[in-house]
Amino acid sequence: MRRIAIGLIFPLAVIVLWELLGQTGVASEDGFSRPSLVIAALARGLADGTLLTQTGETFLSAAIGLFIATALAVAIGAVLGLFRTLERVTVLTVEALRPVPSVALIPVALLIFGFGQNMSVSVVAFACFWPVLILTIASVRGIDPRLIEVGRMMGFSLSMRIRKFALPAALPGIMVGFRIAAGIAIVVAVTVEIAANPQGLGYGMIIAQQSLHADLMWATLMWLGLIGWIANWGLLRLERRWLRWFWAQREA
Amino acid sequence: MRRAAWAAASLGFLVAVVSLWWLVAAAKLVNPMFLPGPERAFATLRGWIESGELWDPLGKTVWRMFAGWIAASVIGIALGAAIASSRRARDLFEPSAEFLRPLPASAVLPPAVLLLGLSDSMIVTVIAFGTVWPILLGSIHGFKALDPRLTEVARMLRFGPLQRMFKFQLPNALPEIFAGMRVSLALALILTVVAEMLSSQPGLGHMVLVAARAFRSADIFAGIFVLGVLGFLTNTLMQHLEAYLLRWRPVHSGG
Repeated sequence: MRRIAIGLIFPLAVIVLWELLGQTGVASEDGFSRPSLVIAALARGLADGTLLTQTGETFLSAAIGLFIATALAVAIGAVLGLFRTLERVTVLTVEALRPVPSVALIPVALLIFGFGQNMSVSVVAFACFWPVLILTIASVRGIDPRLIEVGRMMGFSLSMRIRKFALPAALPGIMVGFRIAAGIAIVVAVTVEIAANPQGLGYGMIIAQQSLHADLMWATLMWLGLIGWIANWGLLRLERRWLRWFWAQREA
Repeated sequence: MRRAAWAAASLGFLVAVVSLWWLVAAAKLVNPMFLPGPERAFATLRGWIESGELWDPLGKTVWRMFAGWIAASVIGIALGAAIASSRRARDLFEPSAEFLRPLPASAVLPPAVLLLGLSDSMIVTVIAFGTVWPILLGSIHGFKALDPRLTEVARMLRFGPLQRMFKFQLPNALPEIFAGMRVSLALALILTVVAEMLSSQPGLGHMVLVAARAFRSADIFAGIFVLGVLGFLTNTLMQHLEAYLLRWRPVHSGG
């Protein structure tokens, strides 16, 4: 409790200083606005629903992209993790594609999908694909080979072996990849909106900036920080809870 | 010999993927407006290199990326060392840093444009601000994790604070600082591209976005190729630098 209070001193000091500089006119209202105006803009944005609509657009793009990426990456990663030969043959291709910055695909996505949700979804999916793929390969390869051997000896088909043996054993690692990718998904979704796509919170900030509504711009930025932090915290909790359940199942 | 065989197989697969791309494009399975063949993309790239058109935007992008990243590294390491040095400073600042970290780095672009205008210094500031967090947190963590026995040794050797910093604390913190710097370098490239797209400042990011607006798909793919190579080279460079600077560190088994 004391630590939380101490941690709040710095942000509160910044807010007070910001308000004072704004009130006395040292910091221009057109650029910096003032915390009191920002809070008012935040309340207005929440009350008339624009912020919530934009949040919905951003999060939906992030979620769809994340799930497409996870499904593909887990399927491909499981196969590559099970067959060492395949993994070694594809490694160069993976290493050639992975360092491409996801935002470089914005122009292609713009060309193919035009403005709108699909454009964001495709770039998000590309960005989220790699961490899940890498962690799936690593955790599937880390499975006790005897477990796979048992499956083979019992005459299970490949898809059965993947579903019954490989995936359950690799799940904790895949979950870590999923959480990393979930953080990336929101960041990339907002970034695509800021760079080119006219929807969501990112575009809301751009429009507020271009129409010189500094208060609304700062309010959107704060709102974004807040929900990003909550989402991050929620994912960590979920992962922990889920892993505990997972290990409890194992014990039984 | 076995390694060479695997490398050849791996290269063969990459060639197969590119050939498949060529086939799909040549058979016009996808509208050529969206998907140019690899030969068209590479012809564009060759044209850029021969006419010298590539170097100016490439140089600008690389310069911005490294200027911002180096500024972030210096600020992040120094600030991290200061914050980690006392418990009080940690309690004061660490929660704020943790809170700001998940904020999309690109989200500081609109305020930066409003306050600094569409300029080169705005882009570098955004990159520095956006990439400082992984380095700062790595630095705080690295400086704080000094083995108490080493602090004891430093006291017994009567080291001054500077000596203690350079002989014990900095080497101890370096692995975590480098981990943060590597994450930040990849982030710096992304931010540079986005900032160039938004601000229409000459650079690779601006170049590919303009190509998309003019429906010149071969230009886009050539640009993406250059950006991919840039990402690959900077990451590889950082890995080698890291391995070289940390070569004194005993190799841990199993990390």
